Amino acid sequence: MDFPADRNRGLKMATRSRPLSPHLQIYRPQLTAVLSIVHRSTGVALCAGAVALVWGIVATALGADAYACFSDFAASIVGRLLTAAFVFCLVYHWLNGLRHLAWDTGWGLEIKRAYATGWTVVVLAPVLTALSLWCLWT
Amino acid sequence: MAQFTLPKNSKITTGKHHAAKPGSGQKLRRFKIYRYDPDSEATPRTETYEVDLATCGPMVLDALIKIKNEIDPTLTFRRSCREGICGSCAMNIDGTNTLACTKSIADVSGEVKIYPLPHMPVVKDLVPDMTTFYAQYASIKPWIRTQSSPPPDKERLQSPADRKLIDGLYECILCACCSTSCPSYWWNGDRYLGPAILLQAYRWIVDSRDEDTGARLDDLEDPFRLYRCHTIMNCTKTCPKGLNPAKAIAEIKKAMLARRAV
Repeated sequence: MDFPADRNRGLKMATRSRPLSPHLQIYRPQLTAVLSIVHRSTGVALCAGAVALVWGIVATALGADAYACFSDFAASIVGRLLTAAFVFCLVYHWLNGLRHLAWDTGWGLEIKRAYATGWTVVVLAPVLTALSLWCLWT
Repeated sequence: MAQFTLPKNSKITTGKHHAAKPGSGQKLRRFKIYRYDPDSEATPRTETYEVDLATCGPMVLDALIKIKNEIDPTLTFRRSCREGICGSCAMNIDGTNTLACTKSIADVSGEVKIYPLPHMPVVKDLVPDMTTFYAQYASIKPWIRTQSSPPPDKERLQSPADRKLIDGLYECILCACCSTSCPSYWWNGDRYLGPAILLQAYRWIVDSRDEDTGARLDDLEDPFRLYRCHTIMNCTKTCPKGLNPAKAIAEIKKAMLARRAV
């Protein structure tokens, strides 16, 4: 751009003081966007959960006392809540990950399909979580 | 690092309420509109206007023009074609980005909230500064690039099947609704090209007459320019022309893999 030097300076000064238009504050949440951020959050939560998983495995290797400590915690209310959260994250991330795999092949990116698969995840994730927990705890 | 809140100079206050004149019609509708005056020291505000829909055209743009003509001549916005082909009146209406000229007031329930395109520097009121967006468009060199010399007696021809490949791409009017709906573009708009520009890039990548596909892909092979797309899909959902930038971006990613496999 060949603006005269003084005009260019005026442009820069004006740009610096310009306010930023609102974004997150005003944009209506969209299903696909909400599922996307939940996908990322569950991914982060799974990383944290993996540490607890390692605790369990190491405890198993260390012997009866260590394992008892781990399994007591897992059976406590807090332990059960964390387990339920972990299983939900796992199930959700896996189901939504399937959508991402499909998208990588170019399939399912039309709004209609993205919403159909999205709502499927919304329904299936709690159902599969409940089923898994039922298998785990009974 | 993304900043999720608005900077200090961008915080929005509540401004004036322009009530309709008493006895002026039954079909009153409120329009809450973002205002920013660069000539004053004040931060942005919203002002509310009551408009009588009985004497107003059906589209949001009709209401904006009516407000400017009859209530507040200082209200500033871009508009030109009033039929969805120029892209000037792109703005955030009722929470999503669209063209004011093709958005029906009847499609919005209650108060009609109008903001400029999200996460953009505001020049005045509903007018965002599009400098970066246009510079990004120029950066993909959006014209036909060839190595062979053109046929001496005719244009470069294209089969109907090849021509079909640019359907759903050439219709893009560069209104920036999609790019400014994309959280990735909000947080990394200085380096990520955004859905509109990537759709345009793909429009040239698939064009059978263009002979610079390799260089075009090279230019996009970058963690930010292309790969900040996380398939959030606000772009496709909001496109006022019904196009699919998310799909175009996925096709570029596929082309990247395909050429690596050869």
